[in-house]
Amino acid sequence: MTTTTMSMAKALNAGLRRAMEEDPKVVVMGEDVGRLGGVFRITDGLQKDFGEDRVMDTPLAESGIVGTAVGMAMRGYRPVVEIQFDGFVYPAYDQIVCQVAKFHSRSQGRVPMPMVIRIPFGGGIGAVEHHSESPEAQFAHTPGLKVVACSNPVDAYWMLQQAIACDDPVIFLEPKRHYHSTRAEIDDAASPGPLWESRVVRPGDAATLIGYGPTVGTCVDAAAVAAEEGRSLEVIDLRTLSPLDLGPVEESVRRTGRAIVVHEAHVNLGLGAEVAARLTETCFYSLEAPVLRVGGWDTPYPPARVEEAYLPDLDRVLDAVDRSFAF
Amino acid sequence: MNDPVFGPTPTAPADEGELVQLLTPEGERVHHPEFDLELTPEMLRTFYRDMFLVRRLDVEATALQRHGELGLWAQLLGQEAAQVGAGHALARQDFVFPTYREHGVAWVRGVDPVSLLGLFRGVDNGGWDPHAHGFNLYTIVIGAQVLHAAGYAMALQRDGVVGTGDGDRDAAVLAHFGDGASSQGDVNEAFIFAAWANAPVVFFCQNNQWAISEPIEKVSRIPLYQRANGFGFPGVRVDGNDVLASYAVTQAALKRAREGQGPTLIEAYTYRMGAHTTTDDPTRYRLMEDVEHWKLKDPLARVEVHLRRNGLADDDFFAELSAEADALGERMRRECHLLPDPQPLSIFDRVYAEQTAELAAQQAEVATYLSSFADHAGAGAEGGAA
Repeated sequence: MTTTTMSMAKALNAGLRRAMEEDPKVVVMGEDVGRLGGVFRITDGLQKDFGEDRVMDTPLAESGIVGTAVGMAMRGYRPVVEIQFDGFVYPAYDQIVCQVAKFHSRSQGRVPMPMVIRIPFGGGIGAVEHHSESPEAQFAHTPGLKVVACSNPVDAYWMLQQAIACDDPVIFLEPKRHYHSTRAEIDDAASPGPLWESRVVRPGDAATLIGYGPTVGTCVDAAAVAAEEGRSLEVIDLRTLSPLDLGPVEESVRRTGRAIVVHEAHVNLGLGAEVAARLTETCFYSLEAPVLRVGGWDTPYPPARVEEAYLPDLDRVLDAVDRSFAF
Repeated sequence: MNDPVFGPTPTAPADEGELVQLLTPEGERVHHPEFDLELTPEMLRTFYRDMFLVRRLDVEATALQRHGELGLWAQLLGQEAAQVGAGHALARQDFVFPTYREHGVAWVRGVDPVSLLGLFRGVDNGGWDPHAHGFNLYTIVIGAQVLHAAGYAMALQRDGVVGTGDGDRDAAVLAHFGDGASSQGDVNEAFIFAAWANAPVVFFCQNNQWAISEPIEKVSRIPLYQRANGFGFPGVRVDGNDVLASYAVTQAALKRAREGQGPTLIEAYTYRMGAHTTTDDPTRYRLMEDVEHWKLKDPLARVEVHLRRNGLADDDFFAELSAEADALGERMRRECHLLPDPQPLSIFDRVYAEQTAELAAQQAEVATYLSSFADHAGAGAEGGAA
């Protein structure tokens, strides 16, 4: 048993390394993932230790990366594909949606597609266009894919290994803004909970904040401020976006009567819309106010100097809490 | 075209002068310095038999569509030689990535013609086991499978079954696509990846001249096989209506791939004698004279002439083959009707390898809904339905 304190970036690296040690069929593919160790260094040192056959610096073509990963998965490999930035996933969109997602059902289960597509997502890093997006709803809308988002180093370490072990294709979203923002103790002998469960990360009883990926921290910060003002907010980390695990959310909302979903993605037709619709179906008589959504505006992700006005922050979350209570 | 500064640029995608041919349209055996071939009479008869039966398969399926038994059929008429020749060049351990028109390769790989009908009847999305036949399911999105082929070839390299010198182990991949797909990014990316990995894949482009209504000469300025040069591997044009040449060239390219020498592009120069699919009307965009011209190059007729003229097959052979084709047609008509419609609840069963609670719950809701009808005869889910 070893307990190590590490950042999310290091935790992802350690998780990948362990998955590669445990299963020789796990291969890493992507742009600059080899010698450079990835532009975020998530794959740092892996090519040196596992060789060029298992950690591939691919040509710069996202459809090509995912499409060739399909062929490798057909032959029994478990590719872990890195998409360098969220906004660069679209050249691979057809392969992901039409091929990766459909192989298992098309083949009536004869050809599983165990593949993890890692996407650093979300904004707040002062980047140029296409480097700050949140495309999760597009993949959660696609049957055949599973979509998860980690929010902290411990989850990053375990969830990545669980996603790699899954026989279905998993879109694995990493909140790049938090790669290095926090550190946590990881006990590699611990037994992680199931991948497909959401989790209460801060208990409360006045209202329920629902986030995932980068907004979990925002919600926790908002709850801390609200607590000072005498409001006890429960925070839930969805973790799995497809399938959704709304059991803990429903249990919470039945107690609090108020729910606010927070994500960086555009509000219109975002994941919050689905959560709101389902809570209306399952918790209608418990709701004291409509389920509110806090998210990115329905604009293209803006230039970096104005991104703070776009991203949901503590104030916007607390403003929504106020609106919920004022309803 | 001759630019005063940059010099000449090619403009002749349809130049037929460079293609590899071993059997002329008149049935004459000709020799080629690189791709010569000695075939036993038995092999020649096998090639002819397969082309003859595949043509019947195609005719029957087209008729089944006209009778309303299939929603659609993608005809291969005219492309029998390219497919049967390429199919016979495969080793058991090779793997094929077909388009939706590769019925001839499917036939050679032992895929039951009736199971090819399922996709077009709408009872499944491909009813055969890809691994059992080394033959992937048909891919509808143009060119997408060519990347899968490159990736599968990369997996063969990692499995250590390339270039070992063991003919029973060394494997390669045959990637099918058409002239239309040659414009797709995925096909060009597959060329890049295969060259980068030196992957054991043979790119087999059947240039049948037409991408539905768009002729290749409006799309490509050069013969398609010459594009390989730009990617750094060999390209060759073969007479796609010559089963011997298609076989010989594919065999050589697959051998090269299995030996670890990397990818090859084969352009099988042929012609789509039928429509794009049964929904298409080629009289709207092409001249009958063109079709008549290509009829003279028929893939089957030249082999029949060769067999008869050289005494390699007698009347009994052709009579027996005709009877065999009739039996195949009869079986396809009968068994097409017997393909079971999928049960509504079954569509939930194979979305995931590990079923989600969410989808299982939706399936149960649908089961409850369906069972609320008085005439409901049982939902027939394989599992999971409450």
